[in-house]
Amino acid sequence: MMYVKTVSIWLWSALALVLSGIAQAGLPIQHWQSANGARVYFVESRGLPLLDVSVDFDAGTRRDSAEKSGLANLTSHMLNLGAGGLSEEEISRRLADVGAQLGATIDPDRAGMSLRTLSSTRERSQALDLMAKILQQPDFPATVLQREKARVIAALQEEDTQPGPIGQKAFQAAIYGSHPYALPGAGKVETVARLQRQDLLDFFRQHYVSESAVISIVGDVSREEAAGIAEQLSAGLPHANGGLPPLPEVAPLLQAETILLPHPASQSHILLGMPGISRNDVDYFPLYVGNYILGGGGFASRLTEAVREKRGLAYSVYSYFMPLAQPGPFQIGLQTKRDQANEALEITLATLRRFVADGPTAEELRHAKQNLIGSFPLRLDSNRKILGYLSLIGYYNLPLDYLDQFVKNVDKVTLAQVKSAFQRHVNPEKMVTVIVGGDDKK
Amino acid sequence: MLRKMLLCLALLGMAGAAAANPYEYRLANGLKVVVKEDPRAPVVVSQIWYRVGSMDEVNGTTGVAHVLEHMMFKGTRKVPAGQFSKIIAEAGGRENAFTNRDYTTYFEQLQVGQLPLAFRLEADRMANLALTEREFSKEIKVVMEERRMRTDDNPQALVDEQLNAVAFEAHPYHHPVIGWMNDLENMRVEDARAWYQHWYAPNNATLVVVGDVKHDAVFRLAQQYFGALKPRVLPLRKEQKEPLQRGIKRVAVKAPAKQPYLMMAYRTPVLRDVAGDWEPYALKILAGVLDGYSAARLNQSLVRESRLANDVGAGYDEISRGPGLFIIEGTPSEGKSVVDLEQGIRNEIARLQRDGVSEEELQRVKAQVVAAQVYQRDSMFYQGMLIGNLEISGLSWRDEKMLLEKLKDVTADQVKEVANKYLHNDGLTVATLDPQPLDGKHPAQTSAGERHDVR
Repeated sequence: MMYVKTVSIWLWSALALVLSGIAQAGLPIQHWQSANGARVYFVESRGLPLLDVSVDFDAGTRRDSAEKSGLANLTSHMLNLGAGGLSEEEISRRLADVGAQLGATIDPDRAGMSLRTLSSTRERSQALDLMAKILQQPDFPATVLQREKARVIAALQEEDTQPGPIGQKAFQAAIYGSHPYALPGAGKVETVARLQRQDLLDFFRQHYVSESAVISIVGDVSREEAAGIAEQLSAGLPHANGGLPPLPEVAPLLQAETILLPHPASQSHILLGMPGISRNDVDYFPLYVGNYILGGGGFASRLTEAVREKRGLAYSVYSYFMPLAQPGPFQIGLQTKRDQANEALEITLATLRRFVADGPTAEELRHAKQNLIGSFPLRLDSNRKILGYLSLIGYYNLPLDYLDQFVKNVDKVTLAQVKSAFQRHVNPEKMVTVIVGGDDKK
Repeated sequence: MLRKMLLCLALLGMAGAAAANPYEYRLANGLKVVVKEDPRAPVVVSQIWYRVGSMDEVNGTTGVAHVLEHMMFKGTRKVPAGQFSKIIAEAGGRENAFTNRDYTTYFEQLQVGQLPLAFRLEADRMANLALTEREFSKEIKVVMEERRMRTDDNPQALVDEQLNAVAFEAHPYHHPVIGWMNDLENMRVEDARAWYQHWYAPNNATLVVVGDVKHDAVFRLAQQYFGALKPRVLPLRKEQKEPLQRGIKRVAVKAPAKQPYLMMAYRTPVLRDVAGDWEPYALKILAGVLDGYSAARLNQSLVRESRLANDVGAGYDEISRGPGLFIIEGTPSEGKSVVDLEQGIRNEIARLQRDGVSEEELQRVKAQVVAAQVYQRDSMFYQGMLIGNLEISGLSWRDEKMLLEKLKDVTADQVKEVANKYLHNDGLTVATLDPQPLDGKHPAQTSAGERHDVR
């Protein structure tokens, strides 16, 4: 039990926090394609006897439909609960026998699996054999599915009583309208209830295909061994049957909307924002650097200064862009005692409006760059972090030298670019505002 | 004198770098410095651990350890309020702090060349904190918001808070780290000042550095920045022992939620004699047998097979300054009550006590212990946490190897023996969440067993 001075903001995916990149001068990324078309990214790292491997597909929650939301999540969740005739119990025991850790990962865009194992031969091969089986021959056993549906539904029902998730889901739904980014990642009680085994099988065959697979490997193996691993993991994957259906565009908000949701909590949960930018947006770096100044840079940010440091109104206040394949959210969030919700909201809005109207000061921009550039080596100081970047570069088709260019791209950002980018992407007069458990006086 | 000592250390270091790593040195003022050299990336983490946490608080000012932690960012004579964080940020660093029952820790993560900056700022605020009424009056509001967010509006956190308050009646683990709200409302800047003056001194701290550094250079740097700080006479620490528990204790918490929640906490010992003790190691392995992997006993039996629970878990910390608890927790599945779940858990415990564990299970749990030992070395921060936690708890970083060996030595008989000795009613506290509707009117859940959870 620990209490920390600042809160980490866990988004849909922890990786999304990692808006920036790394790569000390030349993170030596090796890249190739497997025999059946999976893209492979490898960094050899011999410092520790361990191996990290992830495999990602275009199978995230944006591939859900409104009628069957929660399908992408349940498919990913069920992968290691029975495969190739092995029961969930057998899989779990065999992994535990070699001390390996294997888990499903999912966010709005990507879904897949991530493995950590010792690099010694016995441990490594047993873990990789299981990973391959799970990715290539998931059984989705019917009895297990019934049970897991019930567990997901129970968790959703619980979430629907808690102010944080209530607010987050309402916010997502309001800013995205009919786009699947609007859908709650784990689905809704009624949509999960109607999912059938055949739905999972179909979703798997359509989305977990070798052509969209991104295999990332970091650790204590040679290039030849990595190539063997990539072949083993990709060999039995289904092939794409044509491309995936195109997704609708994300529509910009046309007008402001305020959503008030009742809740008995002692604090109001307040969320503000709109659809932001996609991964390949030309304004990515100006917005990234600018958001550090607005609400991303912890205690250095304007929102923290105005809401927490000056007035003691909140423990946590933040803003972020979460760039996705299509425009991901721009979000500001805070929690405050309910009788000061209006005051905190006004101060937050005033801070945002002023930032958008005037942009940052030259000194703020200098400090932001100093932090983002100076902290660059911290982004690459573990195998696990490097693995995350390989997966990011692979899935979003970023250039192989993305990390090498990161520092230069940050350094190039100008005051005018930040101001202009914010004015084009963030209109404080056309935002969605969600307040859960608002000020009773209002 | 000092220079000579450093020279010796440096030579030793050259002789057996890998074997000797980490390295330890104590300044004349009592500050202990532990350095672990890890050249995998050109970065460094500096953690300063104060051996003071919420267990050192007294009634009426609970939460003051954590409040002081917040105030440590609120300025000294040389570094005005808010500047600490900004200076570290502009140097490309990250900083934060955390308060726990046993300790308060402050850290910086930086490019390796920036380590002197971290030392300069930490040394400054160890001795020169301003602690003004103005800053305190704002920050105490932030802490109250933190309590609302973490505890008051979080049903399971409320259950955990009550569990500790009931399981520990005399020992200060009774009160929450963040403090009771009423104590926060009554807290004055003088309380924070007294806390700072009593406990913040080099002889009550351990400085842990992990990164691409040379230990002798770090020792010199520590001497340069912390060497002039004066030690203090620390307040007498009176060990508070929790009296013998004389029977099962139960507590229920009502809060807005859908799912009930159950926590069962058994009083246990913790590690005091690394070489001589064996029970804490056996309890640690026991936790792995119950919840070390997804097919471990509790999940396999209660979630997967009998469908009594949606989630279930077990945990035991063998390393702490205060007394231990072996905790099992879970949420019942739809239509099942906390009473049903408690019975299911009791059945699993009875099976363990009767039949013990298989050699296969034992080896499986140990395989994970061994692998975890490698995995944790991927994070410099975590390596620092291990060192600091051992040091604060009255053990040593030198014990890490023996801890691993002792865990590997645990036998099936020992696991069975501690299960029988400690998992019994007389040392048990049960806390439950009784979910309430959001609108305060009708019950959120009406399954039959729900009414029986308060006995």
